[in-house]
Amino acid sequence: MTPWTVLRLAFRALGRNTMRSFLTALGIIIGVGAFIAMVVIGEGAKARVEEAFSSMGTNLLVIQSGSSSQRGVFGGFGSMPTLTWDDLKAIQTEVPSVRHAAPQLRSTASIIGEELNWTTSVTGVTPDYFEIRNWQVDSGVPFTSSDIDAATKVVLLGRTVVDRLYGPGADPVGQTVRIKSMPFQVIGLMARKGQSPMGQDYDDAVFIPVSTFRSKIQGGLSNFIAGSIFVGASSPEATSKAEREVRSLLRDRHRLSAEVDDDFQIRNLTEIATAQQEGTRTLTTLLASIAAVSLIVGGIGIMNIMLVSVTERTREIGVRMAVGAKPRHILAQFLTEALSLSVLGGVVGALLGLLSASRLAARFGWPMLVRPGIVVVALVFSAIVGVVFGLYPAQRASRLDPIEALRYE
Amino acid sequence: MTNPPLVRIENLTKVYQAGEAEVRALAGVSLTVEAGEFVSVMGASGSGKSTLMHLIGCLDRPTSGRYLLEGREVSGLNRNALAEIRNRTMGFVFQSFNLLARTSAMENVELPLIYAGVPAAERRRRAVETLRQVGLGDRLEHHPGQMSGGQQQRVAIARALIGAPRLLLADEPTGNLDSRTSREVMALLQGLSRAGLTIVLVTHAPEIAEWTSRVLTLKDGLIVSDERRAAATPAAAAPVGAVEVAP
Repeated sequence: MTPWTVLRLAFRALGRNTMRSFLTALGIIIGVGAFIAMVVIGEGAKARVEEAFSSMGTNLLVIQSGSSSQRGVFGGFGSMPTLTWDDLKAIQTEVPSVRHAAPQLRSTASIIGEELNWTTSVTGVTPDYFEIRNWQVDSGVPFTSSDIDAATKVVLLGRTVVDRLYGPGADPVGQTVRIKSMPFQVIGLMARKGQSPMGQDYDDAVFIPVSTFRSKIQGGLSNFIAGSIFVGASSPEATSKAEREVRSLLRDRHRLSAEVDDDFQIRNLTEIATAQQEGTRTLTTLLASIAAVSLIVGGIGIMNIMLVSVTERTREIGVRMAVGAKPRHILAQFLTEALSLSVLGGVVGALLGLLSASRLAARFGWPMLVRPGIVVVALVFSAIVGVVFGLYPAQRASRLDPIEALRYE
Repeated sequence: MTNPPLVRIENLTKVYQAGEAEVRALAGVSLTVEAGEFVSVMGASGSGKSTLMHLIGCLDRPTSGRYLLEGREVSGLNRNALAEIRNRTMGFVFQSFNLLARTSAMENVELPLIYAGVPAAERRRRAVETLRQVGLGDRLEHHPGQMSGGQQQRVAIARALIGAPRLLLADEPTGNLDSRTSREVMALLQGLSRAGLTIVLVTHAPEIAEWTSRVLTLKDGLIVSDERRAAATPAAAAPVGAVEVAP
């Protein structure tokens, strides 16, 4: 008996009971479909998180001043200035695992365009800041170190600000805006970056040279940095090392003894990103395991129907044995029926899973990421389910006594 | 005698375990069937005639005794070897036809060849040929449900014949048929017998046994009579050629 003949026999038997075969396979269809949809959607969500974090900046550490406490009231990080401009210089020059370090000073101010105004975050930064955050200027030019040295009144606008002041799609490079009634020349527009992982709009901000910020916006030249220091490590692997080195450098410079807490805070955004991805992955794994359980339930459905089928077809089995079918022929026939149900269910389920995943991805604007491996895994798994749950009924069929089977009513 | 007899049974017993009680279905039967014989096995129900046929057909194994099929001891063979013998040497016809439902006559008939490993094209060719031989050349694609009892039994006979068996075993082949159809089926079997096929037929009806050339009678698991006679075509029966006429 060739495998082809066995397969034909199986399909004929399944075809005699189309509705039942379909309902039996439905368990597998749903199981595989759910599994594939979950994994593909999970991958999409993961990619989305990665994307969000990469727009925040790569290999990023954010250092903030410590918290103040006056009569038991703690002010939160940044409320007590402890970081100095000399600290920044030291980080830039003394820590080898740090590629760039840049200050970020922020204030909220009203920006006045030709006709409209908009209140937004005014951020004083250096050119390195854009390197660290991996942000580009896509119209005009960014400011340079000579702008920092001369404290020029130039500004880079975020896209949301452009939309608000000039309308969507406008290109106001070369025009003048007023910040705190001082004229600033628009020299460039920031590329659109979207939202931060926490939902903050990165495009709702304007950037001016940090020196200009200190002299014109903040007022009063302090030794302390009234903001944060953004540090870009030289590589993703070096981020943790950079964190340790910066911490010990700052503790040294601030002369903190071993038992005293840090008077600053370092946030490692790579770690946060990793944690977020871990969370997404855990959720995907959880959903996929639930789907896998439903696949097993589908397998039990196959076993159930195969047992019914063996009982119903006892006479047929007797006839086949009488005309010369060996036990292994009967075994092969029923096993192939179970396997056909589960593999066909798997194929249909995989198609439905991919279809629903692509629908959902399109709906939520996620990237659709299909690793072919996952489809193969699902099909192999459904085949295994077919064999595992088809084996017992098939064995029962093959062990029937021909005479009793022929007499079965 | 140069050739061994087709069937040679020596002191065959079969004991079934029915709960606590032992049932002696065969209590020591010895029998020889030569090639070409047309034998009927008679007896009341419970006499052991079905058990004897199952043993001769290699569907079951005896509790004790010897069974030589064409001189070869088969009583101790395993399930696979017995399946092979059934496939190559035996043809079975049952009272209730035992055709596969919702399956065409052709597919029913080619069934033994599937397990003999015959390629599909050859199977189809031989199935058509055999169905023509039993007068069903125009019913190839019919399902059992679309055929009369007599036609179904002829499909079953075609299925028994397709493997060119040495021995045809028929268990009450006319038990579910009316008397006219019974005669047609018996005439068909007699024709096959005249063509040289060995047939062992189990029946409880004397008028069916009349078609055969040797009548064995069983009682309580033992052969109580063994009559040979000239095979007669009962007067009321149609001539052999009648089976070739399309119904």
